Amino acid sequence: MSPRDNTWLRLARFFVGDRTGKIIMQFLGRKKKVTLNQQNELYGHCLQFYCQPPLENISLNEFEGFAVDRLKLLKTVENLGVSYVKTSEEYKTKLHTEFSNLGFPHKVGADESSSNKNQAGSTEYEKRRKDHISHFILRLAYCQTEDLRRWFIQQEMDLFRYRFSELKSQYKTDFLHKNNLKYDTISDEEKTNLKDQLINSSFSVSGTTVAEQDFYKVPFQDALDLVRTRKVFLKAGYAYIPHQDIVTIVLNDFRTRLSKALALTARSLPAVQSDERLQPLLNHLSHAYVGQDYSIQKNVGKVSLEQIDQLSAKSFPLCMRQLHKALRENHHLRHGGRMQYGLFLKGIGLTLDQALQFWRSEFVKGKVDTDKFDKAYAYSIRHMFGKEGKRTDYTPYSCMKVILSNPPSQGDYHGCPFRHSDPELLKQKLQSYKLSPGGIVQILDLVKGMHYQLACQKYFELTHNIDDAGFSLNHPNQYFIESQKFLGGGKEVKKEAEIPQKGQENTASNVPSVPPSRQRTTTQAVDDMGDLDSYFLDE
Amino acid sequence: MLTTDYDPACLPDLLPLYYRRLFPYSQYFRWLSYGGVSKNYFQNREFSFTLKDDIYVRYQSFSTQSDLEKEMQKMNPYKIDIGAVYSHRPSQHNTVKSGTFQALEKELVFDIDMTDYDDVRSCCSAADICSKCWTLMTIAIRILDRALREDFGFHHLLWVYSGRRGVHCWVCDEAARKLSVAARSAVAEYLSLVKGGEETVKKVVLSDPIHPFISQSLHVVEHYFPQYALVEQDLLGSKASVDKVLSLLPEDILYELLNTYQTEKNPVKRWEHLRSAAHQKRTTSKKGAQYFDKEIMLQYCYPRLDVNVSKGVNHLLKSPFSVHPKTGRISVPIDLKNLDKFDPFEVPTISLICEELDKPLANEEEDIKDKENETEPGERRRIRDYKQTSLAKYVKLFDHFLDAMGRSRKGEMLKKSDLQKEF
Repeated sequence: MSPRDNTWLRLARFFVGDRTGKIIMQFLGRKKKVTLNQQNELYGHCLQFYCQPPLENISLNEFEGFAVDRLKLLKTVENLGVSYVKTSEEYKTKLHTEFSNLGFPHKVGADESSSNKNQAGSTEYEKRRKDHISHFILRLAYCQTEDLRRWFIQQEMDLFRYRFSELKSQYKTDFLHKNNLKYDTISDEEKTNLKDQLINSSFSVSGTTVAEQDFYKVPFQDALDLVRTRKVFLKAGYAYIPHQDIVTIVLNDFRTRLSKALALTARSLPAVQSDERLQPLLNHLSHAYVGQDYSIQKNVGKVSLEQIDQLSAKSFPLCMRQLHKALRENHHLRHGGRMQYGLFLKGIGLTLDQALQFWRSEFVKGKVDTDKFDKAYAYSIRHMFGKEGKRTDYTPYSCMKVILSNPPSQGDYHGCPFRHSDPELLKQKLQSYKLSPGGIVQILDLVKGMHYQLACQKYFELTHNIDDAGFSLNHPNQYFIESQKFLGGGKEVKKEAEIPQKGQENTASNVPSVPPSRQRTTTQAVDDMGDLDSYFLDE
Repeated sequence: MLTTDYDPACLPDLLPLYYRRLFPYSQYFRWLSYGGVSKNYFQNREFSFTLKDDIYVRYQSFSTQSDLEKEMQKMNPYKIDIGAVYSHRPSQHNTVKSGTFQALEKELVFDIDMTDYDDVRSCCSAADICSKCWTLMTIAIRILDRALREDFGFHHLLWVYSGRRGVHCWVCDEAARKLSVAARSAVAEYLSLVKGGEETVKKVVLSDPIHPFISQSLHVVEHYFPQYALVEQDLLGSKASVDKVLSLLPEDILYELLNTYQTEKNPVKRWEHLRSAAHQKRTTSKKGAQYFDKEIMLQYCYPRLDVNVSKGVNHLLKSPFSVHPKTGRISVPIDLKNLDKFDPFEVPTISLICEELDKPLANEEEDIKDKENETEPGERRRIRDYKQTSLAKYVKLFDHFLDAMGRSRKGEMLKKSDLQKEF
């Protein structure tokens, strides 16, 4: 059980890049007894800002167990965020359950029950320790690339938002105090002057509460989430935030610190990577949940252009069917539509030449002649196939990306029909596709509850005449593959475990998770490309 | 009075003249140098040229004003776009290690294009505009200009006519130029009210409480709505148009109004009926907000932003004083003091101003001066040249804008040095 044992790790040495860590280490060198107080201080509140890295020694087993559990937690956070409104009761309940199951600290005050055993069998102290250490382990795994960092920060922020907003008011204040977070408040006079505006800017503020609660005045850049959703009063570049929404600024701080810390951690990575016990584990962690991205196709060239019309009715998800129809009708699609549909087609196996031919033949029926097409559009299609610019081989969009990013605006047909259509229009469309009235009601109910992917899966079941699709839908290309499997091979769907030589593709498509990392690459790169594209089309 | 019509075929002949004798280089350079406060701000700026036959050249950059002049006079670009300030000189972007060449700063920009209003204007469609629908741009400028100044605290906003069917806004404050991508998209989303694509009928939905920004925007829309929408666009006149408006209403109101409209044909009165129906519903209904009259006004008049243009730091936007190759009109600054009088059809074309150059000066005295000055260096001659054309008043506007920015920069510097003295 000695720290030199091959199954033990000295966590402290991984965070030498973190200045606080360094100081504490030196400090510890001289006075070992401080550790306990240090730790008690560290775990004095059920929520923390993760300012100080863990310095203890921990077994490899525990290391791995902690990491995997936190990853599961973050994964849940990501999935719930897509399916539910983050403030809804359902979201909170489900996340709460996950917390208890995985043994993370939850809803407990600073001084309560620190020694009480709970159902999961671990004490509050153990849970807080697990929260602390597991967070830092994932920093190691997720600091390596921009995409991993972005994903990690996003999930940790959602996690933190949830935990902070669940705290009772007293513990919130306590937390701010403990972490030395101070924000400027406005005077009573200013409050009186701005009373009407403050009331009308936030759902949570009323005439009586204006006087009672504090308002914080911060540069609008520090409260972007509130600005974006117009849930805060803005004046001369400052956001006036009611105490109730203080989580926004705290979260902004959290993001800033975490982002800096990850950059620092990345610098000390060589130390981590030199440990051959850890290297595979960390790599595994950062890739464990990277599912199929539908970029590598074994059936390239297996689809002919003549088949597309037919396939679009039989095996395309509704979003692609809608885009295909719009393209055939208008002989044009705007940028967002070309990206979403073009990459999907690439994913089902169109070659570059086929894609060029496909888009050209359709566009020239409209206002674009061959010459203009070759100048203004062909480039972006070659770009999609990684033949221009940065030569990134772009991956098709996942449901999550389609639902969350770049919503359609005037003249656009892209997006998720379940998310971005008026229910009435969606209903009409489903009726025109001859879905049963009962089925349509089921779909519309799912849409109402914001379960867009489930609604799409129901659409799959109804159009394929099966009771249970037997997979969890998270990618338009997965929809296509599953549909083709169903239509072509009948029961083959259930047998995939027996044919591992068919490779990643089949099995991975059944993993109910969405790849976080590679898709972010796509987002970034696509934005670059958007520039170029709009450059061509600007007037 | 000159009656020159623009002919795109003449562009190759006109551009050299424009770039040699008329383009306001010194103001342009002054603008993009921003007082020389940050090192290499102009030098690391990306320009991009569109040449004949839609050949475009990205990542151009220039070390000095005369460098820029020479290159523009050599290439004679059909169109000029401005991009971001990068970490390195864009012209050398291939020589630096990939990943280190990064877009650092750019003005916060907005692009409003009339084509995005096609579902709500009856007068024209696509690239066409007329004085009727131009009111939409006026409304857009009023709403966004107010919000960017009062809500976001920006001061230096340059509004520019795009040359064809829209307007651009360049927010040039230092704070705006330094905004992150996330902050830009948050600002753009704060300013966006009309949401949804072809699969959405009702594109504006209001809920309680109505945010001060929306109330302020509604003030602007309400000012223009009766004349613009009811009279000029005849929103409640033709059957097709009425049906479209009514499709945005709850069913009970819809039937009630259909009934009333059988006998009431006057569009203004029809609108009054709609408003009072909304008002009544609002006072009697218990369930949530009932603002469909306001929602209709916003759906038909509220500015429609191309959010993607505003989001990206590295997104290119057509430069002020660039020519629009299709219309020949110059991208000129818009005078907000006379916004309601701005007429896009009065904006000079390149053929007009080039012809004005050749026109003998009316005033003989100036003619003599002109001869005396023939030996002067190019710069001063160019100043006199553009002053002789209809471009003059727009360059003057640009000068005013730059002066204001210069003054506030000076003020900032004084404040800083005062602070230092205190210690």
